[in-house]
Amino acid sequence: MNTVRRIALGVWDFVVGDDWVSAAGVVVALGATALLAGAGATAWWLMPVAVAALLGASLYRAR
Amino acid sequence: MTGTELGLAISVFLACAVEAVEALTIVLAVGVTRSWSSALYGVGAAVLALAAIVAALGPALTSLPINTLRVAIGGLLLVFGLQWLRKAVLRAAGLKSLHDEDATFAAEREAAAAAGERGGSDIDGYSFVIAFKGVLLEGLEVAFIVLTFGSEQHKVGIAAAAAGVAIAVVVLAGAAARAPLARVPENAMKFGVGVMLTSFGMFWGAEGAGAHWPGGDGALLVIIPSVLLVGLALARWLSSAPAAEAAA
Repeated sequence: MNTVRRIALGVWDFVVGDDWVSAAGVVVALGATALLAGAGATAWWLMPVAVAALLGASLYRAR
Repeated sequence: MTGTELGLAISVFLACAVEAVEALTIVLAVGVTRSWSSALYGVGAAVLALAAIVAALGPALTSLPINTLRVAIGGLLLVFGLQWLRKAVLRAAGLKSLHDEDATFAAEREAAAAAGERGGSDIDGYSFVIAFKGVLLEGLEVAFIVLTFGSEQHKVGIAAAAAGVAIAVVVLAGAAARAPLARVPENAMKFGVGVMLTSFGMFWGAEGAGAHWPGGDGALLVIIPSVLLVGLALARWLSSAPAAEAAA
């Protein structure tokens, strides 16, 4: 169990790192893009806006 | 070679060179201080473990439907890219200390010297384990980047070749210098990698989610410089913010 937990924590640290909010934001932004595109709307603009906002917010928290 | 393939090769080369410098610093420290043969056995074991991981994951990745692959890979690259870019911006703004390979080398060498005498066997366990861990962890990042970039465009060969060249260049430079590659402009390279990972992640993630970029692949020619400019602007804002707050 201890080994499984350590592996899970290692994978989490490797993929998500020390800012889980940005990782969650990426998932939400991709989901919103899929919803917009599925509804037939222009969706490409959403990711650049989301990435700029996520990076800015992440840096604001970290400064 | 198309523009996208060139972008892929440059991204993989830069990312792999950074990881190789970090792994080389660890191997050099234990090799110089304790045992070259044990450190090199550790490197060999880590390379075999990495080959097994890549062989297991590679075919699984390439067999996924293209849009699922794009969303998954785009999302992962974006999460990874934002981490690299955030740290690089913080370093560029002076809010996080620069990665100092000389300091890392000195710390690893001190830890290796303090780890006690070698046992009676031919293999020095400390050198083996530290070299194995260092190469495996840094190598996993290389493998991740090669597999994700390569499989998305079905260009694993180009990605693997770029990674191989980067590792060879770093190892040859390290062998010639027998010292950590402190003169490599590591933060500038990390900034560049963060920009590339974020740009490709955003591009593929949005495409996989069903969005269509204006200009198709040509949109990358706008996305990459735009991400770079945003990163530089944020670094400038952060470095001037403390002065502005102090003046207020």
